[in-house]
Amino acid sequence: MNPILTVEGLGKGFVLHGQGGLALTVMRDLALDLRRGECLVLAGPSGIGKSTLLKILYGNYLAGHGRIRLHFDDGPLTLTELPAHAWHALRRDVIGYVSQFLRVVPRVSTCEVVMEPLLARGADAVESRLRAETLLARLNLPERLWSLPPGTFSGGEQQRVNIARGFIGEHPLLLLDEPTASLDAANRAVVIELIREAKARGAAMLGIFHDEDVRERVADRLLPLENYMDDPSRARIDASQLFQENDHE
Amino acid sequence: MSRPDLPGSQCPEAEPAPSLRCPDLARPVLLDVQEVTRLYGPGKGCEAVDFRLHAGEVLGIVGESGSGKSTLLRVLAGLEAPDAGRVVYHRPGDSLETDLYAIGEARRRALLRLEWGLVHQNPRDGLRMSVSAGANVGERLMALGQRHYGQLRAAGQDWMTQVELDPERIDDVPHTFSGGMQQRLQIARTLVTRPRLVFMDEPTGGLDVSVQARLLDMLRTLVRQLGLSMVLVTHDLAVARLLAHRLLVMRRGRVVEAGLTDQILDDPQHAYTQLLVSSVLTP
Repeated sequence: MNPILTVEGLGKGFVLHGQGGLALTVMRDLALDLRRGECLVLAGPSGIGKSTLLKILYGNYLAGHGRIRLHFDDGPLTLTELPAHAWHALRRDVIGYVSQFLRVVPRVSTCEVVMEPLLARGADAVESRLRAETLLARLNLPERLWSLPPGTFSGGEQQRVNIARGFIGEHPLLLLDEPTASLDAANRAVVIELIREAKARGAAMLGIFHDEDVRERVADRLLPLENYMDDPSRARIDASQLFQENDHE
Repeated sequence: MSRPDLPGSQCPEAEPAPSLRCPDLARPVLLDVQEVTRLYGPGKGCEAVDFRLHAGEVLGIVGESGSGKSTLLRVLAGLEAPDAGRVVYHRPGDSLETDLYAIGEARRRALLRLEWGLVHQNPRDGLRMSVSAGANVGERLMALGQRHYGQLRAAGQDWMTQVELDPERIDDVPHTFSGGMQQRLQIARTLVTRPRLVFMDEPTGGLDVSVQARLLDMLRTLVRQLGLSMVLVTHDLAVARLLAHRLLVMRRGRVVEAGLTDQILDDPQHAYTQLLVSSVLTP
């Protein structure tokens, strides 16, 4: 089968204007391809650029060099040339992202947070709620929490809300940034099941999993990132902390 | 390079995947802003601002006070003619384009009243403080020609409910409402005519944090349910992140950076945007 995603010559750097224009290269000449129904797992130590790659593929970070293409039945689409407004529909319908952090409007209930990707497509509210509840139940989130905003939940509970929100839309391409990081064994097993079901319906996935066991059970291939580092001995940076507004809850 | 297959992979063989077509990424342009300049002095006002707003989009304009964002909003909303440039409105389902400042004052006012909406930062500027909440909501409907008292009243109560105001208070004047309630009443008054395009100037400014969250949630829901397009001016990057799909960053009257909201906030390119983003105090 032809790949759904191809990446060629991808490079990324950050220029920190606040620090005298300090330039950091975090990725150079990365290539990959991903087929439908396949889960490719990014490997390598932290700071090597795994999350950065997912963020570039989601349009969250700008690519510095190279070309990213999605291959649809009706032709390819070059993401690296896409105008910003075209990402809205692409994220709604094609590329899903499960991050480590939940960022939502403070007052919105858990169930509504999970339903939102379906409502954004104009789906029926009753049906969307039913699907959200089914997913939350599968992820063992107690029913009494469904009507509460997730802001005050524990890390593991928030992560499960995030997973439900990420999987409910059944996007053809899913980017998974450590979806099992703060889960117990039972809930990790549920996530593994969700990933396998997504594969079975033809979804392509690119993921980061620090848990060895999870990785072995979901990965079809590994992509080690060391080879793409500018200078592996030096530049281990947390790109998400370069600009401090990021990811504080 | 080699990418080793994992021997331990136990995944079931995937079924042939259903066909996958590219979604329609093009959205009609609603507002075409061409090289708009309105200067009160060097670097005061806005200069050579150029962008397009698409149907269903919420565009945030961010920057410090004095960056020209409120001036730009006034020009876009038909309140102040630019020194140079054009603001062109494309009515959905209508091939005619309307050059906002080439049409007469009367037509511009009618457009603002019938198809657009403007939410002021201070609700006192957008409300009539001496008449009842219901009259405030009904006024724009009456301007559209509705005269039936019962229907106007029903619409007033319906919209008060939508913005989470107690419909029992329909006969109370805005003076008796809190600041957050007044802001919601102003939004109800603006949205009752189902405008296609809404301009908002710091809609959550001056409100308590808990009230802000409520208002943000309400605005997001209304944008989705009504298919609203919106231009939102705010200095609050957290508000921008939650409400806006795309951002323009303004400094000294010029747009220094534009892009997807989370891209601008997480991977800012311009020195000024980096400073703006990294200056935010987070708890």
